[in-house]
Amino acid sequence: MSLSREEVRKVALLARLELTDAELEEQARHINALLEAFQALQELNVTGIEPTSHSIPMSNVLREDTVRPSLPREAVLANAPEARDGLFVVPRILEG
Amino acid sequence: MEAVTTRTVHEVRELLDQGELSARELVAATLERIEAVESRVRAFLMLLPEQALAEAETIDARRAKGEALPPLAGIPIALKDNLCTEGVRTTCASKILHNFVPPYDATVVARLQAAGAIVIGKTNLDEFAMGSSTENSGFHVTRNPWDLERVPGGSSGGSVAAVAAGEAFAALGSDTGGSIRQPAAYCGVVGLKPTYGRVSRYGLVAFASSLDQIGPITRDVRDCALLLNAIAGHDPRDSTSTPTPVPDFTAACRGEIRGLRIGLPKEFFAQGVLPEVAAAVRAAAETLAELGDSVEECSLPYTEYGLAAYYILAPAEASSNLARYDGVRYGLRSKELAGHIGLMEKTRDEGFGPEVKQRIMIGTYALSAGYYDAYYRRAQQVRTLIRRDFDRAFETFDVLLTPTAPSPAFRIGEKADPLEMKFNDVCTLPANMAGLPAISLPCGFVNGLPVGLQFIARPFDEETLFCVATTYEQATEWHKQRPAL
Repeated sequence: MSLSREEVRKVALLARLELTDAELEEQARHINALLEAFQALQELNVTGIEPTSHSIPMSNVLREDTVRPSLPREAVLANAPEARDGLFVVPRILEG
Repeated sequence: MEAVTTRTVHEVRELLDQGELSARELVAATLERIEAVESRVRAFLMLLPEQALAEAETIDARRAKGEALPPLAGIPIALKDNLCTEGVRTTCASKILHNFVPPYDATVVARLQAAGAIVIGKTNLDEFAMGSSTENSGFHVTRNPWDLERVPGGSSGGSVAAVAAGEAFAALGSDTGGSIRQPAAYCGVVGLKPTYGRVSRYGLVAFASSLDQIGPITRDVRDCALLLNAIAGHDPRDSTSTPTPVPDFTAACRGEIRGLRIGLPKEFFAQGVLPEVAAAVRAAAETLAELGDSVEECSLPYTEYGLAAYYILAPAEASSNLARYDGVRYGLRSKELAGHIGLMEKTRDEGFGPEVKQRIMIGTYALSAGYYDAYYRRAQQVRTLIRRDFDRAFETFDVLLTPTAPSPAFRIGEKADPLEMKFNDVCTLPANMAGLPAISLPCGFVNGLPVGLQFIARPFDEETLFCVATTYEQATEWHKQRPAL
């Protein structure tokens, strides 16, 4: 299968990447080349094979729910492009 | 006397203990070496000379008082710049993090410092560790100390080049598909990817969380064990780090054990591996057989699907991990005003380089509605098959021996095709997929360029890796070669 430029544009929106038309073209070519190269994966019979998400089987790592010190707010906000009154500042999303 | 900067960690530790050298002299010699070669190698993104000298003086003062010093006291080491260092910029070689100063240390950094190590600088990498040559750095290209026209490998190319060039005695890197082992092979040093869960990933900037693991890069096997001793062990801040007991890994570096059963998986000697590289690894197998190990060919039939499955899974995890770079909490924020989503899109377009964008796109596609089963789930099923291949092999063998990379270091700019570049990971990524420990060490030269072999062992059996690696190292001289810079 092969992805059209419009489909690639949709993926770019999902990924929150603003790409130029030239970049979209390039991405489409790249994704399609990869999918083609990895076609063998589609032909392999994997019926009944459990998927592995993690190499070491583990689940529910529990600990006591106790109060512990966390990073100071000022230290965390120090890296923010814009911060005010102890908060991250983002562009306005509502008019008014 | 040969320059002190070419020595191993355990050798200089002895010199320090015997009072033949002070930590300050050691750091000063390292800084001098950096001054002499760094403009050609370009291993570092940031150097910390004042801090390093001050720490060395503290170590010397403690020694003068007769204090018992921890195992790495006074040893200059380098850190890949995707490991968080409190108060010291950590960029992942990405413009999107060009100004990020972490408010905390990665667990491995804190542990190395507790062991007395002195951080001499932060090293270059492929942006967010995505690449096999360090050419994808957002800042500059690092060069191979053996041939400055060639890549050092990647993504931990800066860390590896620094160790090979005498600019640090050891370094830490991260390995998601071979990013420690492949550059170690290209630069003629030792590189270890520990078992998944052996070392805490807390403070390692995430690329693919189910595959990432931090490990040491050193000049010999004993140094590698010394560093693993310092960084291994459970950390409550990384729920995937395991409470498995941590032995003294240097105890496995005696080279006394013989009669190991070594498997040569034939698929790792096909797949476009250069005949000279395959021959060097087979010669190593013969050396081990002569020393008393048994060597036999074996098969891991699903290996051929590894590359495809990896290049679905790793980008899928990356696309999710890199969603955090939104121009709000840290790093770059686009100056263009475009509302909330527009700001995010513009920031990410300006901040990420081409390779990172490609992987985010592939990963987002593989995870998107309608394609998840065909790509992501299928790749996870292949991961199961690869793991089973290894399980079966380890019923018969104690350790597997393969080439680390299909060829020696290639020329800068030579692999413009991203697919061709990805092929470099073909021998290393199976260990990440299965979570297994694997070590690369030098096993010869092809056209004057170092070649590496790889041992892969059962989960949490790094001791067997150190054991067989020591046996081989003691029988050969490859690890004593240094580049003429």
